[in-house]
Parts: sequence; structure tokens; C-alpha cells
Amino acid sequence: MTTHIGFDFTPPDIEGKVTGEIKYAEDYKREGMVFARLLTSPMPSGRVVSIDASAALRMDGVVGIFTADDLPPVAPPGNPALASNYVTYVGQPILAVAALTEEIAESAIDRIRIEFERRPFVVDPLTSLTPGGANAYPEGNVLVRTREEGPEGAPIVGAEIRDIKWPQSAIDGLVNGKGPIGATEEHFTDNWQFGDLDAGFAAASVIVEEPFVTVGYPHHSLEARTCMAYWENGKCYFHGSSQSQSANDNSLARMLNIDPADLVFINEATGGGFGSKIGPYPFMAISGNFARVLNRPVQLRITREQEFYIGSARSGMQGWIKVGAKPDGKVCAVDLVIVNDGGSAGGGSGNSSAGHVSLCYQPESMRYRGISVYTNTTPRGAQRGPGQNEMAAVLAPIMDKVANQLGMDRVAFRARNAVDNNGWYGGQSGPVTSAYMREAIAQGAELFGWQDKLNQPKQLPDGRIRGIGVGSGYHGAGGRGYDGLVRIGTDGKLYIHSGVGNLGTYSYAGTCRAAAERLQVPWENCEIVRGRTDRHLPNSSGQGGSNTIFTHTKTNWLAAEDAVNKLKEIAAADLGGSPEDYDIGGERVFKTADSSVGMTYAAAAQRAIELGGKFSGQEYPDDINPITQRSVQGLAGTGLIGVARDNIPGQGEPPGILVGFCEIALEPATGKFEILDYAAVADCGVVVHPKNFANAMRGGAVWGVGMANLERHVYDPQNGLPANTGLYQSKPPTYLDIPSISKSGAVGIADPQNPVGARGIGEPTQGASAAALQSAISNALDGFLFNRAPVTTDMIISHAAGLDPVAHLKTNTF
Amino acid sequence: MPSHDVMPNMELYQPVQVEDALQIADRLAERGWLVGGGQDTYGWLKDRAKTADAMIDLSGIEALRGVRETADGIEIGALTTLTEVANNPVIQQRYSLLSKAASVVASPQIRNIGTLGGNVSQDVRCWYYRRGLSCYRAGGNLCYADTPQGMNREHSLFETSRCVAASASDTAPALVALDATMVIRSVTGERTLSAQDYFVGPAIDIENTTALRPGEILTAVRIPATWANADFYFEKVSDRNVWDFSLVNVAAAFKVSGGTISDSRIVCGAVQATPRRLVAVEEAIRGQARSSATAASVATLATTGARALAHNGYKIPLMQNLVKRAITA
Repeated sequence: MTTHIGFDFTPPDIEGKVTGEIKYAEDYKREGMVFARLLTSPMPSGRVVSIDASAALRMDGVVGIFTADDLPPVAPPGNPALASNYVTYVGQPILAVAALTEEIAESAIDRIRIEFERRPFVVDPLTSLTPGGANAYPEGNVLVRTREEGPEGAPIVGAEIRDIKWPQSAIDGLVNGKGPIGATEEHFTDNWQFGDLDAGFAAASVIVEEPFVTVGYPHHSLEARTCMAYWENGKCYFHGSSQSQSANDNSLARMLNIDPADLVFINEATGGGFGSKIGPYPFMAISGNFARVLNRPVQLRITREQEFYIGSARSGMQGWIKVGAKPDGKVCAVDLVIVNDGGSAGGGSGNSSAGHVSLCYQPESMRYRGISVYTNTTPRGAQRGPGQNEMAAVLAPIMDKVANQLGMDRVAFRARNAVDNNGWYGGQSGPVTSAYMREAIAQGAELFGWQDKLNQPKQLPDGRIRGIGVGSGYHGAGGRGYDGLVRIGTDGKLYIHSGVGNLGTYSYAGTCRAAAERLQVPWENCEIVRGRTDRHLPNSSGQGGSNTIFTHTKTNWLAAEDAVNKLKEIAAADLGGSPEDYDIGGERVFKTADSSVGMTYAAAAQRAIELGGKFSGQEYPDDINPITQRSVQGLAGTGLIGVARDNIPGQGEPPGILVGFCEIALEPATGKFEILDYAAVADCGVVVHPKNFANAMRGGAVWGVGMANLERHVYDPQNGLPANTGLYQSKPPTYLDIPSISKSGAVGIADPQNPVGARGIGEPTQGASAAALQSAISNALDGFLFNRAPVTTDMIISHAAGLDPVAHLKTNTF
Repeated sequence: MPSHDVMPNMELYQPVQVEDALQIADRLAERGWLVGGGQDTYGWLKDRAKTADAMIDLSGIEALRGVRETADGIEIGALTTLTEVANNPVIQQRYSLLSKAASVVASPQIRNIGTLGGNVSQDVRCWYYRRGLSCYRAGGNLCYADTPQGMNREHSLFETSRCVAASASDTAPALVALDATMVIRSVTGERTLSAQDYFVGPAIDIENTTALRPGEILTAVRIPATWANADFYFEKVSDRNVWDFSLVNVAAAFKVSGGTISDSRIVCGAVQATPRRLVAVEEAIRGQARSSATAASVATLATTGARALAHNGYKIPLMQNLVKRAITA
């Protein structure tokens, strides 16, 4: 019987967010602070020949200029904070100007003259792979991992940019849905296979092969990122917009060339990140180092347009898939090829896309070949379920086609192939901690009324066409090996120190409930300590990859467990008997046989201070991270310290799995549709915080509508300029684009590798929604495959009018 | 490339009398920039894609706000917000075409600030032009959008003389359909133009989208009783259901007697740089039953002369479909 896990509560920062009292990085000011602004590249590819900032530096109020020369060199193509030589995308930062006001800084930037030398550019990966196609970098178009034999047989692992071109037959084959004809292993950077693919296809009664395209798109978190830094007594105090807290410490310290102990990273709240702010992003280096050079606080707040350029983006895919299925519906073979658009930083997620296919359909054999190609577009990186979600979206109608050709219900087809506790994931066919996807499908179909809706007429009375769809989402949802740290104060309160970032998901608070649960402390007697390095925070994972719930319910539980053990030891030492004779409850530790013999947590904390050693943090386990060690040292002598590294034995991928169901009314004449119903059921173990779970399900579903229907990069191939840098141009869904009510549920079967039974679920909520919507659109149009994500208004109109809705297989374009 | 989000340094005038505003506008002429709600203005200026020496903020002139009944219809002050236009009972009762059009502009927040005068006088939509590229409309000598590789999904089908930018106003087609009159004042007096003549295509003036000249201010819109209480139809199709520009919209007014169309005005937006009145369709359906058969018979007529660009071909069936629905409804 739990008292915290599985119950709603109000995270402590909610009130501040509602009232506006809470502070984001931009809200912090410091005496003597100056404002920096960025000057960015106007062209997609070129070389900086010269910079003339003399007119700007002569302006009243301008206090300095900062270029790549002021930063440590970054080996190409490492997405440097400031371009040092080559510029490789429109909007790439070249320099920063600091001034007394933002207005002066912007005016100063207008007066800086830069001479560029233009270079060829490319905005489409296939164009770059085509013989004679342009390369995004002078050295080539693909980052290739290298592995050489080093001294005494030790491998030397590295990476270099190479120029890879495909034979024209491979380009044509991919575009025409026949696969990369003539391409060999060296034309890809990722190759893996399991099972006998030929035998698999030979056993198939249905084989479907299709090309597909997904278009990348920018993040546009509500909070355009801001950093403000100042130095005092050799320490750098750094306010930054970030998804994570402790996970920033080491990398950011390296950016600033200081010992992590000399960094105080401060982040009270962040206005969204979704993968774009997991760790330190390149331009964090500017404000910290600029502040040191100027010896005054520097705030660098970027514009909404710059958020488009340097705020990271989802990678697009051009691909081909061949699926074979047996008469009973079992997927027996999958052959998958993905060309990722890595933008100028090379970030592709093809392997994760392939992972989605392997986990959600458990094929008996599978081959994956992938390559991520640089383009002169905005750098790509993680974005909610990178790889998995866009694969889910574009794959759903293709798998519907397989089911339809088998004569099988689409939901039954997915249940036939669903992952379970014996399932596997990815090229290594690694195990999962637990999986109940089949149960999620059944529960979701019931919640949605799949069978009833199947039996309803497709033609609606108002002329619109009903479409129903189903889609699945998946993302790895947990990590291991991080630390937990709690303190029981002499006031009897439980202080839960958390290095988890406050990215808006409230997982920082939800995970702390595990410590309260284990120590049986009422929530009102708990205090979460977080938000600043100097509040003594433990080493925590980065808040990406939906891992936090699984990862840090464990660490907090284990730290609390350590505190419980110490409480019992103290009680035994003072009151007699052995620790095993004691139990906890009511914020007391007492003898199990006689509960009147015991002491309060407050008294035990006082005794811990008196006893010292491990009880109050003078000693700590050897295996905790140096970040946690410093924090324990900082807390030593202030109460009873519980600290532990997550050493729970376990193996396999903790999967976050979601199945979504969508019903739409589509109007071919206008290309518009209304979402009539959406229901989704998650397999994420025990739900820690039901209200927050429901919010995550809703939020992800909303963004899934964007992925399936609205959001995409548009780059002009003539000049490399992006067409939709603004928030309104990027078209994230609005409140009128989504259903007013959506239903959600959870299977609720505990994961055996987590002490409270929980796994994460954040990211697949988008993928399942996008997949279900794409499936519903295809269903409304009698199974027509656009093979694209998003499927936009114009495509539906064109299809209905008999025009070619998809003229090409290009990313970054209409 | 600079990226800004603060306003450039410029003079600011905030008159509270029309006469004062006219004097300032006359004195500043091309150097001045008129602003009402500012929903188009601030993007241009903050992006530095256009500049001006001075801004004349008209929002303090109360005389330019409100809806007044006249002997022959109504007069709407140019500074009346789109929310007020959408919610005004007289407009809702007699000219619901306009209230419907105003109610779907952008978003509720923008409609609370944006004005009718601003909505009809906003500049055309073309992302190349708005990015500050030196195209024909910006005084240069090429068009980036009208090329085989141009990203021109939202651009025009008709009357594309060197420029394929489209008008995205939702209220402008409604005003043309209602045969509205635009009231324009300057220090030399008042002149009026029909809504149809207020909007100017690139063949006539490639750098301006309205007939307003430097020193002039659009002060009001008059809607005659001619089309009051007619059968109206307005529909906007955009990617998103709120905070988005029309891909195509249609505003139509019908006088129907005994099931037969005696007269009509049908206007489409976002298919050229000005609202496009479909005179040939209006003539073809005169005397015909308002029916799906009539609608089907004139659908292709609605798009006669359309020239699709690389990515906006879908606008032709969309426009046909909207005209059909307007006639059928």
C-alpha cells in the first residue's frame, strides 16, 4: 500500500508558474550586467574572410566584441559556439557584441561588416549523395566513425568527415520505392542485421515495400534560451535555460575551462526543452567566457528567429522499407534504409527509427542500413522521441497496408506482433525490463471503442469521411548508475536533494516522492532541494530520453533506503538491540516489538550529527560520483545523510510504450479534418503522478498532431534560406487543431527493475498520436499512402483532385 | 545577419485628433509609417525588412473607432478592432459576411488588437519579400518565388505581374463582396474608393498593395445597404484552425428569389495580390438555381486563367471547391 506513489500532489513550483513569480534565466539581473547579441551567418555556406567591427566598437555603450578567437578551437564539424572559419548554415553565430542595453547591442551589430566568400551549399541529403552533388563541408558530407589498431592492440576510435556518393541507381531506386539499388555496405555508416532476411521474405505471404519521407522541424520551446553568467572569487555563477541540472556540471565546466567545483549552475525553471536543452548547448560558452573577459555579468538572450537557427531541430528522413508478413500476421522480415538529414551538425536518428520498428513489431529477421548526411541547414539533434516518433508516424499507414493485404484487422495485426516480456530491441536484440504492449493495445481498443467504430458508416451525414487509425509509440525510458541524496534535518523534515532539471515535466518532483514513500514522511514535511549547484545536489541523469521517472525514483528510493538503515542503526545503538529489530513509521524509528521504544526522525538526525562519520556525511560510499561527493561534503554535519549510487542489478531496455487510437472526420475538398476522438494507453509500469501522467499524454498527443499534419522545415534550394523561422510560420498545433477531450489510461503493471515499479512515458506520447492520426487519414482515403510526415492540407486536396500530392522525395521542402 | 527583437530607433507620434494625424502624415509623407493595431507593422520594423524615420500611432484617435449607422448602411471606423467587428450586433444582423470573416482572422489575441483598417491594408504575403530580399516588390529586379525551385505554396494563381505574392486578408474579400467604400482623408480633404479599387495589384503598382498615397489615412469603411441581409457565405481554409493565414478564402453574397439567383458577388482571397472578384461566375449563375448543379457547372470558370506555380497547384481545386460550396450552401 503506497501513500505517495500513484497519488496526485502539487509540485512546489506550480504556484510560481501560475502567478509569474517563478524566475527563468532571463529574469535574473546582476549589477553591472551587460547584454550580448549575436551576429549570425546570412548564407548557408561560405568562409568568413574578414570582420570589421570598428564602427560598432566606437559606439557609446558598446563594451566588447567576442569571436571564435576568444574560445577554444572546436574540431569541425563540432557545431562551434561561434564560427571560426567556415559558416555552414544560415543563422550560424559568428560573433557576439556586448553593450549596456540590448538596443545598443543590436544597433552595433548592424554596423559590423563581414566579408564572406560563398561556397556551394546543399539543403537535401539525397542531392548531396547524388554523384556530383554538393557537400555541406569542404571535407565532405558524412561523418564516419573510425576505428584503428593502436599501440598494444588498443583501438583508437575517432571520426572524420568523408565524401560519400551513391551510384545514381541507388538514388533512383530509393526515390522510386525500390530501395537503394547498387548501394553497398560502404555507402552507409550504420549496418546491422539479425535473423535470416532471405528466409524471412521467402516465408512471407504479403510483402509491402514503400519509400517514405519525414521532414525535420525546429523546436521552438516557449522560452527562447537565455544565459547569464558572472564571476566571483574564481567561481562562475551561470544562469541557464536547461532541461537538466547536475548533468550540465562537467560539460559546462569544460566549456569554461574550469574545475566543476568552481561552477555554480543555476536553473529554477525552464520553459520547455523537448530535447534541445538536455545538456550544455554551444552558445553557453559565449556568455560565461565573455563575462570573464569583460569582468562583468553578461546576459545573452537569443531571439525567436535565432531559436529556429541554433535551438536544434528534428532530423528528416528519406527512406525505404520492405516488410514481409506470414499468413498469421507475424512480421517475418523487415528491410529498412534511412538517409537522415543531419543538418550542419550531423545529428541523425535512423538507428532509433530502426529501433522503433524492431521493438513495436518484433520482426523475426531485420536488416537496417543508415547514413546521416550533412546539409547546410540548421543543426539537428534530439527532439521528443528522435527517430522513433517520426518513424512511428510514417510507418503506421504502411503497416496498415500490410494488415489490409493480409485481410487482418489493423489492431489485431499489431497485437500479433506486440512486444512482451520476452521481447527484444534494436540490432543487438537486447532484452527489455518488462513489456505489456499487447495489454495496452487491448485496453486502448476498449477505451476507444475500436470495434464499434469499425462498424460505423464511413460516410458521415455532413459529407465528411470517417477515418480511424491506430499507432504505436516507443522510447527507451530509463537509466542506471546515478546517485540519490537525502537529508533528515534536526527539524525532522526530509530534505530531498535533486539534481534533476525542472524542464516543465515535473519529474523532478515526482521522483522525489519515492524518497518520501520509502521513509514514510508526509509530503508536507518534505522539501525538495534543487535548482543551484551550491545547494549540494547529487549526480543525476540529464533530463532527456524519458528516463527520469525510472532513473530517479530508483536513486531517491535508494538514498532513502540508506537513511532508513542509518535510522535503525542509530536507534539500535541508543535503545538497544540490533537494527533488524527496528522499523519506521510516523516519522519515528521504533522497535518492531514495542513501538513505544523509539525516537523521532528529528532526534535521530541530532544523534547522526553527534555520531558523525557516515551518519552525517563525513564519510560516504566510494562509488558515488564526484559531484555527489562534493555535495555530501557540503552537507556534512547538518543532519542524517542518506546517499547511494544506483547499483540495483538489472539488464535490458526499460521501454516506454504507448498505443494511440484516433478517429477523424476528413473533408477532401478542403484537405481539413476534425479529430473526433483520441484515446491512448501507456505501458509505463506504475504511474507515479496520475495528473501529471494525463498532462503528458495530452501534451504529447497535441504535438503528434503537429508532426503528422503541420510542422516541417522549408528551405529554399535556390539560396538555402529557411522560409519559416517564426513561431506562427512553423505552425505548432493550436487549441483549435486538437480534440477538446482525449482519453488516456495505463496498463499499470509494475516494472520489476524499479523499486516503485515505474518507467518513463514522455516521448512516445507524441509518436503514438502522430501514428494514429496518419493511420486515420490513410483509412479515410481508402488506404492511400502519402508516405510522408507531415501530410499537409495541400496534399490531401491534391490527392482528392487527382493531382500528384507528393511530387518528390525531398526533405526540407514543400 | 542581424536578428532583432527590439524596435529600431525612430520618432514616435501619438496624435489623438484625426486632423493632427493628417498634418503629421502630410509633413512626414514617405518618411512616416502609419500604425493602428501594429500586427503587420511590428514584424516589418523589428525584422528591419522595412524602415521608416517615424511612426504615426493612430491608436489614440477615438474618432476612428466604432460602428455607426448611416442613411445608407453603416460606417466602421478604421481603428475598430476585428473583435469589435466580429461581435457588433448590427454587423452580425445585416452583414454577417463581414462578422464571419473578421471572426476567423488570425487568433483571438490578434483580433483584440488588430483593426479593420490594418487588416485590409496589410502588406502581401511572400516569405522572400518579407525576409527583406531585394525582389521586384522591394525595388529589385527579380522574383525569388516564381521559379521552378521557388518555395511558393502560399503564393498567387492570378495576375502575377513580376510578383506572385498573395493578399491574405480575410476581411478584404468580404468588403469587396459587400461593395464597401473606403474613406480616405488627407489635409486636402476626403476621397472615397470602392473596396475593389482600393486594392492594387502588381501590374499597377508593384510596391504598394493599396491606393493609399503618402499623407493619406484610411479613416473608415462604409458598407451600403445594397447587400444587407443577403445570403452570405464565407469560408477560410488554412493549415491551422487559428493563428494562420488563408490558403484560399471565399466571400460571397447572393440575392435569391424563388430559389433563383438574381444577383451575386463572389470574391476569393489569397489567390492573387488583391481580392479576386469572380465576375464571370457571378454572371454565369445569374438566373440559375442556387444548387449543386449550378455550382458544378461554373467551378472551372472560377479558376479560368489560373497559372499554377511549382507548389501551389492545389489552390486551383481548392478555389473551385470553395466556390462550389458557396453557391451550393
